Amino acid sequence: MNLVTNNKWIGQRTIRPDGMDKVTGRAQFAADTTMPGMIWGKILRSPHPHARIRSIDTSKAEKLPGVKAVVTSKDIVDFPIEKGAVMLGIQDMRWMCRNVMARDKALFPGHPVAAVAATTEAIAAEACNLIEIDYEVLPWSIEIDDAIKSDAPVLHEFNKFDGKPSNIVGRLEHKKGDIAEGFKKADIVIERTFTTRPVHQGYIEPHACLISVAPDGKTTIWSSSQGQFMVRAMTSMLSGIPQSDIRAIPAEIGGGFGGKTIVYLEPLATLLAKKSGRPVKMVMTREEVMRATGPTSGSKSTVKIGATRDGKIVAAHGTFYLQAGAFPGSPIRGAAGCSFTPYDIPNLLSEGYDVCSNRSKVAAYRAPGAPIGAYAVECVMDEVAERLKMDPLDFRLKNAAKQGTKAAHGPVFPRIGYIETVEAAKASPHYAAPLGDGHGKLRGRGVASGFWFNAGGESSAQVNITEDGNVVVTTGHPDIGGSRAGIANICAELLGIDYRRVSVIIGDTQTVGFSNLTGGSRVLFASSMVVTQSTEKIIQTLRERAAKIWEIDPEAVKWENGAAHPVSPNAGQFEPLTLEQLAEKAPAMGGPIGAGVQLNTQGADGGFGTHICDVEVDVDLGIARVIRYTAVQDVGRAIHPGYVEGQLQGGVAQGIGWALNEEYIYTKEGKVDNPGFLDYRMPVCSDLPMIDCIMVEIPNPKHPQGVKGVGEVPLVPVMAAVANAIYNALGKRFYALPMSPPKVLEKLESADAAGCGVEA
Amino acid sequence: MAKVHVTTTINGEPMEFLCEPDDTMLDALRGPLSLTGSKEGCASGDCGACSITLDDRLVCSCLMLAVESEGHEIRTIEGLAQGDRLHPLQQKFLEMAALQCGICTSGMLVASDALLKKNPDPTEEEVRFWLAGNLCRCTGYDKIVRAVMETAAEMRAQ
Repeated sequence: MNLVTNNKWIGQRTIRPDGMDKVTGRAQFAADTTMPGMIWGKILRSPHPHARIRSIDTSKAEKLPGVKAVVTSKDIVDFPIEKGAVMLGIQDMRWMCRNVMARDKALFPGHPVAAVAATTEAIAAEACNLIEIDYEVLPWSIEIDDAIKSDAPVLHEFNKFDGKPSNIVGRLEHKKGDIAEGFKKADIVIERTFTTRPVHQGYIEPHACLISVAPDGKTTIWSSSQGQFMVRAMTSMLSGIPQSDIRAIPAEIGGGFGGKTIVYLEPLATLLAKKSGRPVKMVMTREEVMRATGPTSGSKSTVKIGATRDGKIVAAHGTFYLQAGAFPGSPIRGAAGCSFTPYDIPNLLSEGYDVCSNRSKVAAYRAPGAPIGAYAVECVMDEVAERLKMDPLDFRLKNAAKQGTKAAHGPVFPRIGYIETVEAAKASPHYAAPLGDGHGKLRGRGVASGFWFNAGGESSAQVNITEDGNVVVTTGHPDIGGSRAGIANICAELLGIDYRRVSVIIGDTQTVGFSNLTGGSRVLFASSMVVTQSTEKIIQTLRERAAKIWEIDPEAVKWENGAAHPVSPNAGQFEPLTLEQLAEKAPAMGGPIGAGVQLNTQGADGGFGTHICDVEVDVDLGIARVIRYTAVQDVGRAIHPGYVEGQLQGGVAQGIGWALNEEYIYTKEGKVDNPGFLDYRMPVCSDLPMIDCIMVEIPNPKHPQGVKGVGEVPLVPVMAAVANAIYNALGKRFYALPMSPPKVLEKLESADAAGCGVEA
Repeated sequence: MAKVHVTTTINGEPMEFLCEPDDTMLDALRGPLSLTGSKEGCASGDCGACSITLDDRLVCSCLMLAVESEGHEIRTIEGLAQGDRLHPLQQKFLEMAALQCGICTSGMLVASDALLKKNPDPTEEEVRFWLAGNLCRCTGYDKIVRAVMETAAEMRAQ
């Protein structure tokens, strides 16, 4: 391994600070802790997709020996709908208070209706069965087409669309130029309609928490989430306990991918703990995770692209309907805002529709909305290129967004790296390699591009020099993919010391300043800004102290290789003062050395990627396998290349699952029929090839180390790259995901070679 | 129901514990035995996060009753390192970034160790099929497979 010891850490594959705990089984995740006197909480969930709750009788459950507390929606702070939105980040607390516990109506099978805490899990489960609920079962809809019918059962009567109660709960559009005029100039116009199924984030760690509420209200939350401050704020708002009394401790998080950016259990466990006076632990089963958390939207998208004969796109129109589930909030911004962004299109209309239906409330999933939109746009791009008889990468290059291009969602691009990703894909060994013989199976190659906004936002850090001259960095973001390793590299680089002398930890809500969610591909971008500024302050202090000792001007002291030095012989002849020496002298020289910085970070540039996928299709079994894959991405600067590649590879694997197998299947009663890993088929090790990564590094000029977010872009192009490869193999286009064996066989056996698209 | 007394060997140490007759081995490990390195991702034998060995055979501890460990030898992730010396697989996973969130890592390491004991020179395909019972949602498996292959090569060279 290329571990180096020359005090230059940025770009090195160092060992992650949390790694040792994770390879030895020491790391403590959400379900791994206990407290003295702890009892267990369980949730009673609605069996109905849509039902009015006439009454709840908890008396029998309360009398069961061992039961210590029961809560229902009456115990949860209400945010009345008519009083308007109360936003916490992108979440409206009116919906959050109803999502954690149904109030007047249960809106999906799995919607919590009551919760019990008892001395054992078994007693808690038994007590749940003793709760009597009088439901008025209502008609329901799950699929978008059903939910937007004029006579569809409406989930939220207050919501009006075109003046009538409707399940369409939101619309946004991005517009540029005039599409009607634009399409007139087109020589070729292709319009297609695509559908995707709901897919789950699929983190392996179920949601879990352990919460204690003391009689004075002082609350300790141990849980895994993508934001301990989000957990604190939402729990505070839903329980009425002030934030200053809630210490939310971030456990190690066993995967999130966006799905742990909201709370499910914490408010309920807090209320149970408060009522019972005992610490309460709650752990979801896998089935509960699948029924009641996430997934992302199912979708229906129509994309129309018009181009001239010489390959210039003159107009495009996208309409993206996304399932929000039980409450408003599907990621239409990502679908409508990201899908066309790699291209410079003079006339563009991109519309998103947010549709409620009787399934669990959507949760963020890696570049929320963008993969859904890109799937439709990038498949149509492939068809247009084919019709133009152009190489699909050349077609993209000809229309590529670059510095100065105005994106439909607003910004005029600074220096971006999209073109470089296409060029790197074109120049890759993969793109030049022949597909090879499939020995009876059909092989094909596809490409696709993708964009994600990336985010900045609030971050805090504290950097302290220990008394023995080492370093402890505390940040406020749960580390979901190796961000601590990146922070250690950066801090060690700035201080000029071995990275193993830098310990990086994630603080709880009462020990580090407010830090927004781990999400939006923002963590290393934002936290390295505050860590850099904190470390620079420390270096300034160290220089001042050396100057004082040497009785020279601080400006005459430089910091290099972990020590203070005179800037030149003119400044004086002094032996360097190391970090250890200055730490030792700290008590006499002004006290402890440390600095904290809190910022609302700005300047997170968007990210672009271009992917190449080879598939092999067994036409007898309908099984499509990905046999080679290359992900190219502009990563800004790879602070820790191993974990940047890890983000690319993980995103690609999730996309391959979404493309080929993953989907929520519903029974005719409206319940999820595959709520487990056996039937919800995520990629396993033997399904995938190695995933090659090409990291293009166009540094972000607005970041001290050039960092751009990398975590979400890798999922955006994947489904289209796989779909385009399957078309290349079979000569038949798919307009729906997943392209699972039964669907592939159906397509192969159908006479309709063109698929279901409408051609203009 | 009265609890059952079980005598077994865990990571080389004689152990006794009490459990319910219907407790799984995973319940016993994570509960009375306080060995929380084995994780519960599904409780249905589909994710492999709870992988342990029973008399050197790889099993999902969520599919085994705790009482079945009576008189047998259990190994968990907590027994993979020898004192403060990591197993070569653990070291390689660290060096090659073969973990991200870490929730699958215990099971991956236990399963990989079981593979290399059985087959010290596995092909990529053999590694991939052996680990097909261990779900990882973060890494796309690439670095895990590479780490196992490279460990195997190094262990063979020793």
